[in-house]
Amino acid sequence: MYKIVRKKELNPTVTLMDIEAPFIARKAKAGQFIIFRIDEMGERVPLTVAGTDKEAGTVTIIFQKVGFTTKALGELNEGDYIRDFVGPLGKPTPVEGKKKVCVVGGGVGCAIALPSARGFKEAGAEVTVIVGFRSKDIVILEDEFKEVADHFILMTDDGTYGRHGLVTQPLQELLEAGEQFDEVLAIGPVPMMKFVCKTTEPFGVHTSVSLNPIMIDGTGMCGGCRVTVGGETKFACVDGPEFDGHKVDFAELMSRNGIYRDREAEVASTHTCRMESMGKALIK
Amino acid sequence: MANMSLKKVPMPEQDPKVRARNFQEVTLGYTEEMAVEEAGRCLNCKNPKCVEGCPVNVRIPEFIAKVRERDFKAAYEIITSTNALPALSGRVCPQETQCESKCVRGIKGEPVAIGRLERFVADWYRENVNAMPEKAESNGIKVAVVGSGPAGLTCASDLAKKGYQVSVFEALHTAGGVLVYGIPEFRLPKAIVANEVTKLQAQGVEVMTNMVIGRVLTIDELFEMGYKAVFVGSGAGLPMFMGIPGESLKGVLSANEYLTRTNLMKAYNNDSDTPVIHSKAVAVVGGGNVAMDAARCAMRLGAEHVYVVYRRGEAEMPARLEEQHHAKEEGIEFKTLTNPVEIVADETGRVCGMKCVKMELGEPDASGRRRPIVVPDSEFMLDVDTVIMSLGTSPNPLIRSTTPGLETNRKGCLIVNEDAMTTRDGVFAGGDAVTGAATVILAMGAGKKGAEAIDKFLSK
Repeated sequence: MYKIVRKKELNPTVTLMDIEAPFIARKAKAGQFIIFRIDEMGERVPLTVAGTDKEAGTVTIIFQKVGFTTKALGELNEGDYIRDFVGPLGKPTPVEGKKKVCVVGGGVGCAIALPSARGFKEAGAEVTVIVGFRSKDIVILEDEFKEVADHFILMTDDGTYGRHGLVTQPLQELLEAGEQFDEVLAIGPVPMMKFVCKTTEPFGVHTSVSLNPIMIDGTGMCGGCRVTVGGETKFACVDGPEFDGHKVDFAELMSRNGIYRDREAEVASTHTCRMESMGKALIK
Repeated sequence: MANMSLKKVPMPEQDPKVRARNFQEVTLGYTEEMAVEEAGRCLNCKNPKCVEGCPVNVRIPEFIAKVRERDFKAAYEIITSTNALPALSGRVCPQETQCESKCVRGIKGEPVAIGRLERFVADWYRENVNAMPEKAESNGIKVAVVGSGPAGLTCASDLAKKGYQVSVFEALHTAGGVLVYGIPEFRLPKAIVANEVTKLQAQGVEVMTNMVIGRVLTIDELFEMGYKAVFVGSGAGLPMFMGIPGESLKGVLSANEYLTRTNLMKAYNNDSDTPVIHSKAVAVVGGGNVAMDAARCAMRLGAEHVYVVYRRGEAEMPARLEEQHHAKEEGIEFKTLTNPVEIVADETGRVCGMKCVKMELGEPDASGRRRPIVVPDSEFMLDVDTVIMSLGTSPNPLIRSTTPGLETNRKGCLIVNEDAMTTRDGVFAGGDAVTGAATVILAMGAGKKGAEAIDKFLSK
């Protein structure tokens, strides 16, 4: 059992938790992920590590309450326990040996872009951070990014905060102005990562993306997390989760991520129906 | 006087029509009367060939003699003196190619039902005695076992009996390896595996789940932590695919994924949060035991048609005859001498068919089996909405890539010497991590050998 030692709501749908897991805290590096399971009948859900505290023996996770399991995790509180917490899985972000790096984060993806940005900074790189959110009310980790970044640009889709527009706009401008990045790392929704790659491709800048395919064991056994990279089958759990974004088949990834969406929608709808019928019965 | 019947006492089974829709155990096991009657067929040979046929050399005629005398407890003690996990091997061993293939009764008629008797004894003991094993006096020497599948469990048990302080590190959330994620409940009830793990813990073995060695701790760190030897029984690895168009479509998955969802995550149970595809028509590609397990799970999850698609003939199928027989009884259709060439999807990206070609057998290839060759103009479409690839695995790269000096062969399997030691001093290995995908009993044999080698190494 793994204890939730801290819980903080970052915005109405995004929650931060520190989980007591001393072995993982000692080892996890930026870019790696964990898999958690709430209880005996729970599903295994991967989340990229948002930070660690080696002394306290805790691992920070930041998650959006979108699916059945993340919503259930969001219901738990400090002092509660979850059944399983395993990691660190996958390969760390290769932060060494870069002079100039641009880290692009989108929405909740910023939670995991932050430790990578910090990793690059600590390894001696000059770090530009571009983050994007739909709107002002869901901006997260602004202060933390400012602390790490040499240059920080915040975008909102609706213009309610920072610059109005998408993350690809300032990236395009910087590249056109002749900025020489050794590496661009994009972490966020799949369409965002795809468009960051489209933006950097004409400039020949190496661009990595952190992928989040469907996964079960996360240790190189089930093959559910396979992605096509440069025409080859790769497994995100052992070969990734970061890959060369110019070679990733994004259309396939998006399609595969929807395999069980119908079922999740079905569960959600039948659930509501049952509640409604109970409510109606009560009113009678 | 021996029972001279030419046939084995049949073992009761669930009716095929009923069991094809439930996950309860297919075979029900012998009663005491049946076991005693079958035990009577053993001739108690002076030079028992069956023992040579067993990878862990169970003292077969001796335990069967005790069954005949109705001293089931003594029979259990004889079996477990060489085999730590009889309830498992009695169920999943391919006895027909091992002990039973050497039985003299098999020359004229059927061999003695050694597997069924082993299972009976193990089940009888669990149901009637289930005494937890004694903890041996500790010698204070720490040994780490990586993986809790059949190789790891056997190695840990044998080392604990010798007094070693053993820690087992398991990557998944439940101990048992392939016994829990791969082999379905209806062939091996998970409560039996859990009972074996509890017995191991009673022997003083520490079982740590959620520990991915190579990531959370490396082999070198285990030595730094005071472990004097490490046994790597990390199992097979990543599933192989065919490399044909359409393998990334929605509805194509590996047998490992399908079985893990169904067995480890219990997706057949409505209370489980893990989804699994409920298909109308399923093609399982491959002819091994894993393919049979996947096909039989698909049937139980409600499919109307389940096809096993295999490129060679039925005689060449590597799956056990018993598994093939059970699968057919349950309504699974075998499409042998058939090979997929493309998987096709509807406009939403979901599988709606699999294009196949017919095959015929040509000259024998390197494996000694006749090479399948394509019959010209034989293309046809198999109407399926799910394709499960069961083509074997390639070794997991995690441990070899994080352990300097650990060498692997061309296929990525760990190289070991005759003493089960890898190219790193004090690091031993066995099971699928060494051989590539094989059977439970061979892994158990390797675990046993590993324990002996570690004991020899640490006694120097």
